[in-house]
Amino acid sequence: MNRGTAKASALAAPHPAALLSEETPFRRFVSDFAESRVAVGALCCFLLIVLAAVFAPAIAPQNPYDLAQLDIMDGRLPPGTVGGAGFTYLLGTDDQGRDMLSGILYGLRISLAVGAGSAFIAFCVGTALGLVAAYFGGRTDTVVMRVVDLQLSFPAILVALMILAFLGKGIVNVVIAIVVVEWAYYARTVRGTALVERRREYIEAALCLALPPSRIVFRHLLPNCLPPLIVIGTMQVARAIALEATLSFLGLGVPVTEPSLGLLIANGYEYMLSGRYWISFYPGIALLVTIVVINLVGDRLRDVLNPRLRA
Amino acid sequence: MTVYLIRRLIQSAFVLVAMTIILFLGVYAIGDPVEILVSPDADQIERERAVAALGLDQPLWLQYLVFLENAMRGDLGRSFVFNEPALRLILQKMPATLELAFAATIFAVLIGLPLGLWAGLRPAALSSRLIMAGSILGFSLPTFWVGLMLIMLFAVELGWLPSTGRGPTADFLGVQWSFLTLEGLRHLVLPALNLSLFKISLVVRLTRAGARETVLMDYVKFARAKGLSPRRVVFLHVLKNIMIPVLTVTALEFGSTIAFSVVTESIFAWPGMGKLIIDSIYVLDRPVIVAYLMIIVLMFILLNFAVDVLYSALDPRVRLKDRRG
Repeated sequence: MNRGTAKASALAAPHPAALLSEETPFRRFVSDFAESRVAVGALCCFLLIVLAAVFAPAIAPQNPYDLAQLDIMDGRLPPGTVGGAGFTYLLGTDDQGRDMLSGILYGLRISLAVGAGSAFIAFCVGTALGLVAAYFGGRTDTVVMRVVDLQLSFPAILVALMILAFLGKGIVNVVIAIVVVEWAYYARTVRGTALVERRREYIEAALCLALPPSRIVFRHLLPNCLPPLIVIGTMQVARAIALEATLSFLGLGVPVTEPSLGLLIANGYEYMLSGRYWISFYPGIALLVTIVVINLVGDRLRDVLNPRLRA
Repeated sequence: MTVYLIRRLIQSAFVLVAMTIILFLGVYAIGDPVEILVSPDADQIERERAVAALGLDQPLWLQYLVFLENAMRGDLGRSFVFNEPALRLILQKMPATLELAFAATIFAVLIGLPLGLWAGLRPAALSSRLIMAGSILGFSLPTFWVGLMLIMLFAVELGWLPSTGRGPTADFLGVQWSFLTLEGLRHLVLPALNLSLFKISLVVRLTRAGARETVLMDYVKFARAKGLSPRRVVFLHVLKNIMIPVLTVTALEFGSTIAFSVVTESIFAWPGMGKLIIDSIYVLDRPVIVAYLMIIVLMFILLNFAVDVLYSALDPRVRLKDRRG
């Protein structure tokens, strides 16, 4: 749709304003997005979090997985204490003397990787099935959408619980569980959009050229179905991170050797009752900020990409 | 209508059969059924006897039929840990979960409705915007983290409310309930509030949207023009019309509240079905896991069926569309 309007304006007589600043769909998208200062702030914050996670080994004061660097004598120190290793534990330590700041930075890596990874796989699976359902219609459509309906009638946590109860814990199994939970949202969204797009002239033109179905679906149909998918995808990354944290908190998620934020929170849970709040509290804040900024960005994307609101 | 009902019923039956197949495959095909169904303490002879007794030497489809037949009779195996029928174990824990879910639903309406109404009647006010921001947080924050914060604030820092267990219970209709004793009620507050958080946000949004729509209606304008007091207009004419969608959605959400109580029960050590399933997953008490999932799945299918019937009774377009499609 964007492409169509852009072409139409390019074909029209040279407009004085258009000559001054050449407006491409992407530039318009960026300037629309930037109108909301909250969204820009959230995006910057999200990028900072991603950078902190990626460069965790460089900026973390300690490698929390290296047992040689941990000093059990430094266990459960409150924030701001100077430890035996000589540096200050800004956010305190957990029961094994692990620096919480380092733990959080490394935990963010796992949370973000599992969240983004499983959301991406769910995106691929759900989009492919939804597109196929919309393009071929008939029985294929009925079967795919029945499965989607069936799955969406059960809450996410229940589906995930069922899968992990059979497969057992572990990062791969958590990813499988999240993909199974999330693909249906993508499939339903892309099918709805694709059913509308399928009746448009450019698909007819592609059909007339006798292009192979795979080319029509992925090169012509898919790009025009992307805007709602991007919005859903952003929100689903946040949901995936929250779901992973919940599962890990319940002890069904990632293994103890690779603690995500959810598992860090679970570790500190028992100490919370005795007033040692920091073991659970700071990983929780990191999780909270990550989820909220992703949701804020997603919210803005929805406003910007929704053609109904733009008119 | 009858045709529609029968069609929906057949569909529900199909879903139920599909779910039993998935559960059956989950237990029998993915894992090693001997390991799952026979106690790990059993020796070789006991093991072989169990394999024959369970019919594990039979073809898979026959085993499925036996599994189905036993399930029909309410026999879902015995718990390894408690050495009791798994189904009875689950049913014993069910009242605690239902109590928690009901309390959460009541909280959602009692807190969500006034806040949503306030935000809907004064959409531009700062307080309304704060309420809406809060509802976004309620949607996006993980339940378990909010639960921890509630414990930290109300149980540890302020010491106002207890954070674990059900407290003393009282007998009513042969079942133990917490809400009948004062101490039990105090134990109920924090878990119920935690579980209701998502639903409060939902009710706030629904009520706000409803209120904003309703105040523009002619009958509200007319009621104002008649000179009725603002209070009467809001509570009689506006609120009555918002209640219908709000109550419908709240009732619909009941199933997912029970599913999400898994998290809340684990945090607050609330001895319900959810805590039982998590504990059973830890110790691989598979009969209990299967029994829980069967019951929950059955509950959801019945709930969805009831909702579809209700909707089609209220809105004829639903069943007309189904007939065509």
